[in-house]
Amino acid sequence: MEKTTIDLWFGAFVAAGFAALLVLAFKVGNLGGAERAGETYRVDARFDNIGGLKVRGPVRSAGVLVGRVSDIHFDNERFQASVTLALDKRYSFPKDTTASILTSGLLGETYVGLEAGGDSKALASGDRIQITQSAVVLEKLIGQFLFSKAQEEPAKK
Amino acid sequence: MLERLKSTIARLGHTSLEGIRRLGEMARFFVLVLSSSGTSLERFRLVMREVYFTGVLSLIIIVVSGLFVGMVLGLQGYQTLQRYGATESIGVLVALSLVRELGPVVSALLFASRAGSAITAEIGLMKTTEQLAAMDMMAVSPMARVIAPRFWAGVISMPILALLFSAMGVFGGYIIGVVMIGVDNGAFWSQMQAAIDFRYDVLNGLVKAFVFGIAVSVIATFEGHDAPPTAEGVSRATTRTVVTSALVILALDLVLTAFMLREDH
Repeated sequence: MEKTTIDLWFGAFVAAGFAALLVLAFKVGNLGGAERAGETYRVDARFDNIGGLKVRGPVRSAGVLVGRVSDIHFDNERFQASVTLALDKRYSFPKDTTASILTSGLLGETYVGLEAGGDSKALASGDRIQITQSAVVLEKLIGQFLFSKAQEEPAKK
Repeated sequence: MLERLKSTIARLGHTSLEGIRRLGEMARFFVLVLSSSGTSLERFRLVMREVYFTGVLSLIIIVVSGLFVGMVLGLQGYQTLQRYGATESIGVLVALSLVRELGPVVSALLFASRAGSAITAEIGLMKTTEQLAAMDMMAVSPMARVIAPRFWAGVISMPILALLFSAMGVFGGYIIGVVMIGVDNGAFWSQMQAAIDFRYDVLNGLVKAFVFGIAVSVIATFEGHDAPPTAEGVSRATTRTVVTSALVILALDLVLTAFMLREDH
């Protein structure tokens, strides 16, 4: 085997490996996302229940990805979940924006939905979103439904 | 009766002792390979030549099997996901199982049987025909000139082959899912990207492939070097390489997965 042929094959082999890694990183994995560190601002929000929300989960407004969940922890004074959102610097939201925990589809992922309000001042880094809506817990809904059904029953008789 | 019991226990003891002795020899061999790999890193062309034989020539089997595995995953996944009306998640299923598990494990098994057995047979035959002894006579260390380059070639090739396997598998899943069955193209890729984390999934798979590469290379070179210098000895060493590698790969996979899942989010 000639030297140059081996060099060529070795180079092609390593290049193919790198190409596969790039495909896995950007096409299959999440490294190709628009979010870059340093170009986001952080906003806090408190929720009574965050459902299945996870760190790095998406933040959407009008269905468009505008940021990611950067931190979730339990606030032991208020007994609520404190969620930090890293929002893209390109988008700014009014101070009275509503944040709610939503699910895409019945089995889909949990995300934070932002709905803009009418305030003229914009949310800045470190602000807190005041109006929040918690996740819908299916068990609670069913419980409420059964409870109201049970109340209806005697009235019919 | 007592005699038979005694001989059975004695045989068990002998087998265990033999196993422990071989394990110790393999560990010593591993250290010896590492300590004499200076030459192969200095004269990197030696390694490149071996990468050609172990890695490049394994490309076809890896690429084709990756494609088939991805296609089968796509078909099987579609059958199951269809019941829940979640056929868009087929991309997630295919990519996650390939990147995390099947890519490193199956390509390591293929690598052990395609390249590991070849390395064992080659070194074993070199020993049988006293080429290694002749090299020693000429003050050329066979460890540095023959064994270390093959070891490093395996360590370098394995992660690259696993990456190619995973990428080809995802492509196979794409062919079945999007082109043949008609799952939405956008949903296929976007759900995949949302579910797969580069660090947790892709890099952990790469770490697995790297560890498997070390294990298979050590086993293959050790079995070749340790083979009795007969035709039968070389054939048995080749078989042992494939069997031991497969067992070690699957056992290591369990250990690595247990460690990696603990750090999972």
